[in-house]
Amino acid sequence: MSTPAPEDKKDAPVDAKRGPSVATRERRQGSINPSGETPYLVVEDLAVKFPTADGLVSAVNGLSYSVPLGRTLAIVGESGSGKSVSSMAVMGLHDRKRTRITGSIRLGGDELVGLSENDLMKIRGDAMSMVFQDPQSSLHPLYTIGNQLVEAYRVHHKVSKDVAKKRALEMLDLVGIPNPPRRFSQYPHEFSGGMRQRAMIAMSLINDPKLVIADEPTTALDVTVQAQILDLLNNLQKEFGSAIVLITHDLGVVAEMADDVLVMYAGRCVEYGTAEDVLANPRMPYTWGLLESIPTVSAANERLRPIKGLPPSLLNLPEGCSFAARCPYVDRVKGELCTTQLPDLLPVDGAGAHTSRCHLHDKASIYETEIAPRLG
Amino acid sequence: MLYFVARRLVSALSVVLATLIATFALFFIAPTDPAAAICGERNCTQQRYEEITKNLNLDRPKVEQFADYTIGIFAGRDFTTSGVTQHCAAPCLGFSFKNDRPVTELIGSRFPVTLSLVLGYAVLVLTIGVFVGSMAAKRRGSLGDRALMTSTLVVSSVPYYIVALMVALYLTIVYPILPRGEWTPPSENFGKFIAGLLTPWLVLGIYNCTSYARYSRGSMVETLSEDYIRTARAKGLSDRVVTYKHALRSGLIPVVTIFGLDIAGSLGGAIFTERIFDLPGLGQLVLDSLNNYDLPVIMGTVLVASVIIVAMNFLVDIGYSLIDPRVRLS
Repeated sequence: MSTPAPEDKKDAPVDAKRGPSVATRERRQGSINPSGETPYLVVEDLAVKFPTADGLVSAVNGLSYSVPLGRTLAIVGESGSGKSVSSMAVMGLHDRKRTRITGSIRLGGDELVGLSENDLMKIRGDAMSMVFQDPQSSLHPLYTIGNQLVEAYRVHHKVSKDVAKKRALEMLDLVGIPNPPRRFSQYPHEFSGGMRQRAMIAMSLINDPKLVIADEPTTALDVTVQAQILDLLNNLQKEFGSAIVLITHDLGVVAEMADDVLVMYAGRCVEYGTAEDVLANPRMPYTWGLLESIPTVSAANERLRPIKGLPPSLLNLPEGCSFAARCPYVDRVKGELCTTQLPDLLPVDGAGAHTSRCHLHDKASIYETEIAPRLG
Repeated sequence: MLYFVARRLVSALSVVLATLIATFALFFIAPTDPAAAICGERNCTQQRYEEITKNLNLDRPKVEQFADYTIGIFAGRDFTTSGVTQHCAAPCLGFSFKNDRPVTELIGSRFPVTLSLVLGYAVLVLTIGVFVGSMAAKRRGSLGDRALMTSTLVVSSVPYYIVALMVALYLTIVYPILPRGEWTPPSENFGKFIAGLLTPWLVLGIYNCTSYARYSRGSMVETLSEDYIRTARAKGLSDRVVTYKHALRSGLIPVVTIFGLDIAGSLGGAIFTERIFDLPGLGQLVLDSLNNYDLPVIMGTVLVASVIIVAMNFLVDIGYSLIDPRVRLS
């Protein structure tokens, strides 16, 4: 929002390769949302590292983004790209003893990094909540749905069980579960997959959180149910006005839900912008690969086009661009730039809020002449 | 739920019936002739031997004998030895001619001893064992966890009777820090009752706590990594509530299984403990009867032990369904 004050530079991490100026630039990028609205959640230069017996695993590196109220940010990437890890860091769900988190996570202006477990507990489930991927395993199998909802409400509200029950029934009704009084006293195994996820959503919204993190909320569900759940999330967002961070690997979900999109690869943000910008004018070979690998019904006899190769090990990331080893356009960049220098996250058209991390000079023309025709 | 209980009850009763038949068969498979055993090695004339055989109905068909035995359990029966008729009230498990008392009475007089021993033991393993295991699971990988798990392994690799003997010898006799084991009925003197059982409780309890700590640690480590535990934390619940409410309830399921079988086994005969600490319990009774070839008592204790095991299994099943609602369906 504001130009960085001089003292900002002091605590900006000085990276030998990128230099402090880039860090500050990225930092500014993070606090300004692509929409230009005041963000509710601001993540700046977030790094999550796990010390293991084999060495330090850098699961997330220099990640910055922001989400205003009422807007949905989709974080996209393949398994192990750091989508879930970064969101778990926002919720403070990592094991403190086994995780190193640096950078800044601000929720409504309050810093969360470095907060004590006791302080964080008061925010978790109240101002921010999470919808998990698999409602089958994420709901406690031995407690009734009602019991779990009531508990979620009473952690943050000093009310009687009856008041909490009323609220829980209200929420079950709101998420479209028929006959809430009967469902209230049933166990998760008596619910269908879609109903379970609705109950999960009811539970995460029961305290009217301003930030909802949905970690692949539809991955474990039937395609038909997926659409219902996404609609539900959309409608509830309109009603509650919360900021949503949607983690997914499904670009179809992104197109339907997202206002902003952040593409992650090997723990870093590689492209970030509004959904229109990123989906219609992607400026990073990895995003192109993701778009190309979507199977289409019309091209029934065509082979799938996967991105060849595997992501690099997070134990020792390559020196240059993490995607270089799999990128088909490496030879279009002069010299050895791709394998020796990490590209900065820079605006694609020099000024806008759409940024990407790639050394290619003629990204726009490559996309328009080579990729777009193939996508049809 | 009612249907579930009824079904389990039927299957439990059929197991008891099978045991009854097997126990009765023991009488004839056993390498001793009951009449000869009762008659004794010396002074056993042919006439006396035949009299005993007749009194015990050993000359009648086996099916009839079994019917007598079974009816005796429900209605009681009379035994006549050397012209004296003894009434054995229901539930009659036979008559011990060696002790000149009905088996039921013998078992009844010993049962409270074993029961007190086992109840105290159960409280210890379920509180200390499970608590220590849960703590270790929560701090898995820490120095405390590793030290604890190593020490439990060391303790449980020494045979129980060695540990119990050592404690009895060194801590109650050579250095009398702990009270010596003895039996006083609680109705007589409650303080003495507790004091007399304190050392056996501690030895039995602490020794077995080690395995309970390991079971519950293993089960809790698994449970704590479940997705629904993450959900519980994401709700903003405190660590304590997450561990001891959400995780422990699931983590207890395997422990309950082992506990049920373990308690049933202990009731069937805490032989070492009773022998070492001089407690006149069921285990002692079994030992004495084995030494005397007192077949009716052996049969009676086997039957009682099997009923206890079946009953505990039944209780474990009920316990399961209370902990885990999914069990009620299957």
